Amino acid sequence: MTVTTGERAGAVHASGELLDTKRIGAFRHLTVVAPGVPERFRPGNFVAVSVGDSSFLARRSYWVHRVRPVGGYGATVQLVVDPNGVGGAWLASLPAGSRIEVTGPLGRPFALPKEPVSCLLVGEGYSAAPLFPLAERLRERGCAVTMVVAGADEAHLLSSLEARRSVRAVTVVTADGSVGQKGRVAGVIEEALARSQAEVVYAAGPHDTLHAVAAAAEAHGAWSQTAVEVPQPCATGLCHGCPVPVVGEDGVARVARACSDGPVLRGDRVRWGDLG
Amino acid sequence: MTVELAGLTLASPLLVASGCGGTGRELVPYLGEQGLAALGGFVTRSITLDARAGGPAPRLVETPSGLLHATGLPNPGIDLFLATELPWLARQDTRVVVSVAGRTIGEYAELARRLGRSPGLAAIEVNVDALETGSGEPFQAGSVVAAVKRDLPRGLPVLVKIRPDLVRVVETVRVVLEAGADAVVVGTAQPAALPDGRPAGLSGPAVRPLALRCVTEVCAAFPDAQVVGGGGIATAADARSFLAAGAVAVQVGAALLHDPTTAARLAADLTQETVR
Repeated sequence: MTVTTGERAGAVHASGELLDTKRIGAFRHLTVVAPGVPERFRPGNFVAVSVGDSSFLARRSYWVHRVRPVGGYGATVQLVVDPNGVGGAWLASLPAGSRIEVTGPLGRPFALPKEPVSCLLVGEGYSAAPLFPLAERLRERGCAVTMVVAGADEAHLLSSLEARRSVRAVTVVTADGSVGQKGRVAGVIEEALARSQAEVVYAAGPHDTLHAVAAAAEAHGAWSQTAVEVPQPCATGLCHGCPVPVVGEDGVARVARACSDGPVLRGDRVRWGDLG
Repeated sequence: MTVELAGLTLASPLLVASGCGGTGRELVPYLGEQGLAALGGFVTRSITLDARAGGPAPRLVETPSGLLHATGLPNPGIDLFLATELPWLARQDTRVVVSVAGRTIGEYAELARRLGRSPGLAAIEVNVDALETGSGEPFQAGSVVAAVKRDLPRGLPVLVKIRPDLVRVVETVRVVLEAGADAVVVGTAQPAALPDGRPAGLSGPAVRPLALRCVTEVCAAFPDAQVVGGGGIATAADARSFLAAGAVAVQVGAALLHDPTTAARLAADLTQETVR
């Protein structure tokens, strides 16, 4: 059983058009026409967006939730935006038809298993977005896919309905118990791993969730692929401003760039205690 | 539009500023068919004798029209740089300028000795701000430049990057020119602080008018000196104002973090200017 490193795709910088924007729970789902981006996309890639007010120089990174053809426009990318902070609030408030500067697809995507093995996908909040296209890709390869979708409450949970098409079983967990099991990912990961007999675990969410998943996977002898989320000032590998402490293949402690060495990193290679 | 800088012929007056182009490879997707050859030159991030992991997060923080940065100069150290990065850069048909940083004058001298024996670089840019003691003192900058010049085994041009600090910039330029600098780069970051108090540099459009004033003063005081201007350049008009002030070339830095295509667009725009 081998899981190779995800290959980076070539990225493009495009002047995109916001085709559609809708509120889903606490998040905003945006459909963006950005020529060249969807064609190169692989699950785990993200896009960087420039804030319209150019006095904000840092880019804002968003997971790609879906790549879909839309009649007359070719392929589009769909992003999930948490409408918090300067960038998120601005992007969430844009009307359809707005122009946005988009760079992507960026970063190393999820590495796929070479054999059709059992996979467990664990996502929390808006960060679960990249797991949905991943589930489709894994199913195409004949992998048995099980999913854990978590959030603070029902409003902060990405819909698991669509996932049920591609996956064998979905466990829903909310911190307040408003839907599914009440609890956190850390509380259900052991059972999910045992039940799925997963050989590869894919996770996207806050650091403490990723840490818990990576530790549980290691204890079960499974590979883990974690999508690490830190602020990425340039998102393109130029500025070295998104450090992630890791351990190299040689056992030596190093610092990786989340945007270009990641965002998907092997869970057993991240020094979670130093990530903060 | 070729320009002559310190005895080198540059294909364009536009260079990528140190620390804003990654290893060079990350910038290539955004430069068009010509790649790095579209630019007048590529200045590497500052290279030190020993590998540096870089500082803790956050390393870059947004501030109105600017970026505060305290990266801690992450780089693989001179040996790994020479083995893994310089050979690739040397094949890119551009002028490769290696930025060097040391804690002591002795470290700068050692870096100069190593680089002087290496094929593929066009010039050295001395980042005098990295000195452990006396950083910002004109006489220290002069001592560093003298040491670098003395230990360069062949006639590699030495560029010296100087803070756009109006009170001291003219004096510092005089000292480094006397010490043998072949050109000066006026426009490194302004000394600033992160919100948590850590020392940082401020770059971006916020510093542009300050840098332009310093370039103007330096060019007026030393009409025969070779001056490269920089500081918040984001448009071709910005670049032209530095060239009009007397700079023979310009560096673009922070703007690449906001839009990685900036370098190619500016280089093309500045070339068209002379064709018309």
